[in-house]
Amino acid sequence: MPIRTEHLNYIYNPGTAYEKQALSDIDLELPDGQFVGIIGHTGSGKSTLIQHLNGLVRATSGTVWYNGEDIYREGYSMKELRSKVGLVFQYPEYQLFEVDVFTDVCFGPKNLGLSKEETEARASEALRQVGLGEEYYKKSPFELSGGQKRRAAIAGILAMQPEVLILDEPTAGLDPHGRDEILDQIQKLHRERGITVVLVSHSMEDIARYVERIIVMEKGRVRFDDTPKKVFEHYRELEQIGLAAPQVTYVMQTLRGAGMDIDLAATTVEEAKASILNYFQKKAQEG
Amino acid sequence: MIREITIGQYYPADSVIHRLDPRTKLAGTLVFILSLFLFRSYAAYLVATVFLACVIRASKVPFRFMVRGMKAIVVLLMITVLFNMFLTPGEPLVKLWKLTITREGLELAIFMAIRLSYLIIGSSVMTLTTTPNQLTDGLEKGLRPLNKIHVPVHDVAMIMSIALRFIPILLEETDKIMKAQMARGADFESGGVVQKAKSMVPLLVPLFISAFRRANDLAMAMEARGYHGGEGRTKMRPLQYQKRDRIAYLTLVVYLLAMFAAKRIAGF
Repeated sequence: MPIRTEHLNYIYNPGTAYEKQALSDIDLELPDGQFVGIIGHTGSGKSTLIQHLNGLVRATSGTVWYNGEDIYREGYSMKELRSKVGLVFQYPEYQLFEVDVFTDVCFGPKNLGLSKEETEARASEALRQVGLGEEYYKKSPFELSGGQKRRAAIAGILAMQPEVLILDEPTAGLDPHGRDEILDQIQKLHRERGITVVLVSHSMEDIARYVERIIVMEKGRVRFDDTPKKVFEHYRELEQIGLAAPQVTYVMQTLRGAGMDIDLAATTVEEAKASILNYFQKKAQEG
Repeated sequence: MIREITIGQYYPADSVIHRLDPRTKLAGTLVFILSLFLFRSYAAYLVATVFLACVIRASKVPFRFMVRGMKAIVVLLMITVLFNMFLTPGEPLVKLWKLTITREGLELAIFMAIRLSYLIIGSSVMTLTTTPNQLTDGLEKGLRPLNKIHVPVHDVAMIMSIALRFIPILLEETDKIMKAQMARGADFESGGVVQKAKSMVPLLVPLFISAFRRANDLAMAMEARGYHGGEGRTKMRPLQYQKRDRIAYLTLVVYLLAMFAAKRIAGF
């Protein structure tokens, strides 16, 4: 279901010395089935923004519409909204609390008031989706490795079967292997179930590989909102706000500067490779 | 939602009170509180009110921050006032069914209300104008003579400063975990007492684990930087009394004399 924000403003600690405008005038639309990346420097407001999308933080002014309904309307069920818009926090493994992995994943669906059978069916399904087999069900969350813990925690959200899945820095603190595993599983989920996925990150590399749209945040405002190729064209501006385009962008820029006629819009290593090989082939034919 | 707790919260501003030596402020607060309990007279409380108002004015901290600390003790205040009002024997003023309000009771209730609220506001002035670090520095230096009788002053001060430092961290952590569990459909508000207590488990377990993890990390980081207790440890910014501190102490003496005089001369 689509989410839309309208003139969203949020001020931390209004009326005190610590007052800070965290979001200013955010107008966004997230249509169904999109894989969106939100990127921004620390303190750019990206985490604050996503907490508005499932009603955890109430905007100072402005509205959030979920499926055409104003979520601040009186009597609107926030609990239902939170089951539809699943939010995986940063370091989600810190929220694990049950004696074993399976019971912990059951916490979400149980809160939705589902029957025991349904709850357990959803929990098994969610754990399958994140690649944790039955041998992990009865383990204490503290026996797992960092990457496994994180996957168990993500399963805790997936078990609620959300229509929109928002992940705040899901790869922070993981090794490259664990990072690829998690991102690949999220991508698979997006393809299999067709849910909307919002990926918050500050790594352009991670984002460029998976998403179809990038939202760049700066100081509580949306600076760019476009396809990765279009956004990376502004790599100079991205640098100015403390971000960087993927490394291939720089490689391609340098090669172009050296007189090679290649595609500057390549955002992944594969695309760059194809473009460079293409150039050499053409050159060989000419020569 | 939890950010509203003000005890131990510093309000940054550039004022004389902020710049005072923490020892001066500690002593001042102590003297002020003692004076509230020593002088039982309306005239003396008038002096205390003027003094407190001047200090608050000089601190440049908005008054509503002081009052915010009062919210925590409203219940305690009500109970004290009611008990004193109804249960003090003496000359009856009003009779309500079986309860009697006596003149002595009413007087006692008013005094207690003033004392308690001034006590809270007075200590709020100190915590709002002093960073927790300054406060423990002040305590450590102020209590140093106790070292002679083998009180581990440095260790106590260090424990206090770490505890204070952890309050905002743990508050933030609580906020984060609460939100994370709410995103999983947890409900911390509705239900009876038992239900509410049960709903705290998903919050408290991760909070304790995180507190232990942080404590462990901190201990390790301190040892890695060669911390070995207070012996031979020097300060980067040693506390030193300035001219303004001497003026402050002088003001304090004048205040005490005024309290004394007010009680003597006015006689009520």
